[in-house]
Amino acid sequence: MRRGLPRPLMRAVAVGAVLAAVAAPWLVDDYTTALLARTLLLGLVGVSVALLTGVAGLPTLGQTAPFAAGAYAGAALSLHTGSVGVVQLAAGAAVGAAFALVTVPLVVYARGVVVLMITLAIGELAVVAANRWRSVTGGTDGLYGMPSAPPVWGLPVLDTERARYLYVLVVVAIVAGVTLAVLRTPAGLLLRASRDDEARMRASGHGVTGYFAVAYLAAGAIAGTAGSLLVTAQQYVSPADFGFEISALLLLGVVIGGTASIGGAIAGTALVVVARDWLSGLLPGHAPLVLGVLFVLTAYLLPRGVAGLLGDGRGLTWLAGRRRSGARPAGERTAVPGADAAGDATESRRVSA
Amino acid sequence: MTIGAASMPGPLDAYLIPALDGVAFGLLLFVAAAGLVFCFGVADILNLAHGTLYAIGAYTAAALTDGGWGGLLLALAVGVAAAAGAGGVLAGMLAPVRRGDHLTQALLTFGVALAGGSLLVSAFGPDSLPVRIPAALDGSVVVAGHRYAAYRLVFIGVAALLAVLLYLVVARTRAGMLVRAAVDDAEMLASLGVNPAWVRVGVLTAAGALAGAAGVLGAPIIGPAPTTAETILLLSLVIVVLGGLGSVGGTLLAALAVGEIQTLGVALAPTAAPFLLFAAMIVVLAVRSRGLFRRWRTA
Repeated sequence: MRRGLPRPLMRAVAVGAVLAAVAAPWLVDDYTTALLARTLLLGLVGVSVALLTGVAGLPTLGQTAPFAAGAYAGAALSLHTGSVGVVQLAAGAAVGAAFALVTVPLVVYARGVVVLMITLAIGELAVVAANRWRSVTGGTDGLYGMPSAPPVWGLPVLDTERARYLYVLVVVAIVAGVTLAVLRTPAGLLLRASRDDEARMRASGHGVTGYFAVAYLAAGAIAGTAGSLLVTAQQYVSPADFGFEISALLLLGVVIGGTASIGGAIAGTALVVVARDWLSGLLPGHAPLVLGVLFVLTAYLLPRGVAGLLGDGRGLTWLAGRRRSGARPAGERTAVPGADAAGDATESRRVSA
Repeated sequence: MTIGAASMPGPLDAYLIPALDGVAFGLLLFVAAAGLVFCFGVADILNLAHGTLYAIGAYTAAALTDGGWGGLLLALAVGVAAAAGAGGVLAGMLAPVRRGDHLTQALLTFGVALAGGSLLVSAFGPDSLPVRIPAALDGSVVVAGHRYAAYRLVFIGVAALLAVLLYLVVARTRAGMLVRAAVDDAEMLASLGVNPAWVRVGVLTAAGALAGAAGVLGAPIIGPAPTTAETILLLSLVIVVLGGLGSVGGTLLAALAVGEIQTLGVALAPTAAPFLLFAAMIVVLAVRSRGLFRRWRTA
């Protein structure tokens, strides 16, 4: 599946990145550690974006919505019961998935860029709701004063930035690993096949819409988990954590990471968030300007993402119509959401009807 | 209970003003969203910088209006020209992006929206700015026993006029025919000697002009602030989802519905208000889940 850089080198890069991530809290100060924890959990939201955008072919700008739902659930649980980490994680995942369940009819019948529009609206409306539903979300002031909790019963409380960072790192690694493992089973194959040739899948009797719905629910659960991690990491939740800019950053990060690559999603999101934080320190007040330029440059210069450069072979081109080279790996046919896919989708509906 | 002799209070009376506000709001959103619908339906471009074009108009209004008619007309001319120019620049920037490559378009226009918003904030400051409308429109008039802002009433008239003009241009003029032809069969249009690339530039410029006009005229209703672009983009996207790309009429209906939800809905059900737009989208998509998007891409 991977081409370009040889496998051992890729593996070495991955091991190096993991070692650096584990060692980081001992190398930098507390403030940077807290920023890194936040970056990591945004990477986990990036995983859910990649799952939808790259693997299922439903480009999304709305994963901040289940992220927010999970965060407020985790925060409420933490404030009212002071429960342990795993319970908050479960609550975040459940609420994220429940949010996805409510919005699933909005998403799964649409394809391509229409999904992008609908999910953008979902994400934005979730922020509007978070701002206005004061009794639950605390409005623009947000929720704060969440007590530090132990990760599981019997372990010490996570009361240092380093401990919280390591907790976030472990959870992100587990969730990303499980996602990766599931995507390597036939379930992942079905999802990719539905993305690549919906008409043929429908003709063979597969309920493509159902697969997309499951993927959307799973992505909601992952984003919700990341939301409850946000509560642990920064002990403060406000609507500003889920704004337009965050959705945009996530999509940019996932595109840079190669859209369908789980590891690439974390790396790309981390890259973009770190760049954003660094730039806003460097040029106070002008971060959006620089970020906007970064977007434009990415659109022009990186049509296949960083993972595309590294040889993952998947990048923006899957949305661009035809792959240029004929050297496409078996089972990795490009999907064409947008122009042709909408036509395909209507055709396949006719086939299935 | 105090019942005045002059007016006839009924159960619906209290909601007259919010309903009228909803019409003003909806027509404003229609003019703003029409450009987005054209961009997507005709030029096949998802323009996430569309709200920024409105913001350009709104900031122009704040900078140039001086409480007189001349200022308003100057602001209208400059705002429309600036937003149309920005639309043209956007078309130029999007030219190298392959047709149908929506994700790259989204990234590009998102970047332009972020950068443009930041430039507007550094030029005009982070506060929302007041807009000085002509003194003749600054007062209020009596509508069915209620006082109502004169500007909004005039705005309803002007925006309705714009909507009719837009319909006539699309339905009756050669430019409108070319635009509709580009939707139906771009290749056939090209073989007739019309360069679709120029249709694309024209559509984006026209969309910019519409958004700019909406921005200048609508500035007293949705004023210039750092969040303006985002608000307009969001509501326009909801309108596109609700109204589809089929017709000017569909967009108008969707815009009026969103306007009423945002005003009358808030007055009727304040607690449910944040979720009403969600609910409207879910209902529409549930009813028309498969039919809604069929007409979207006839090209």
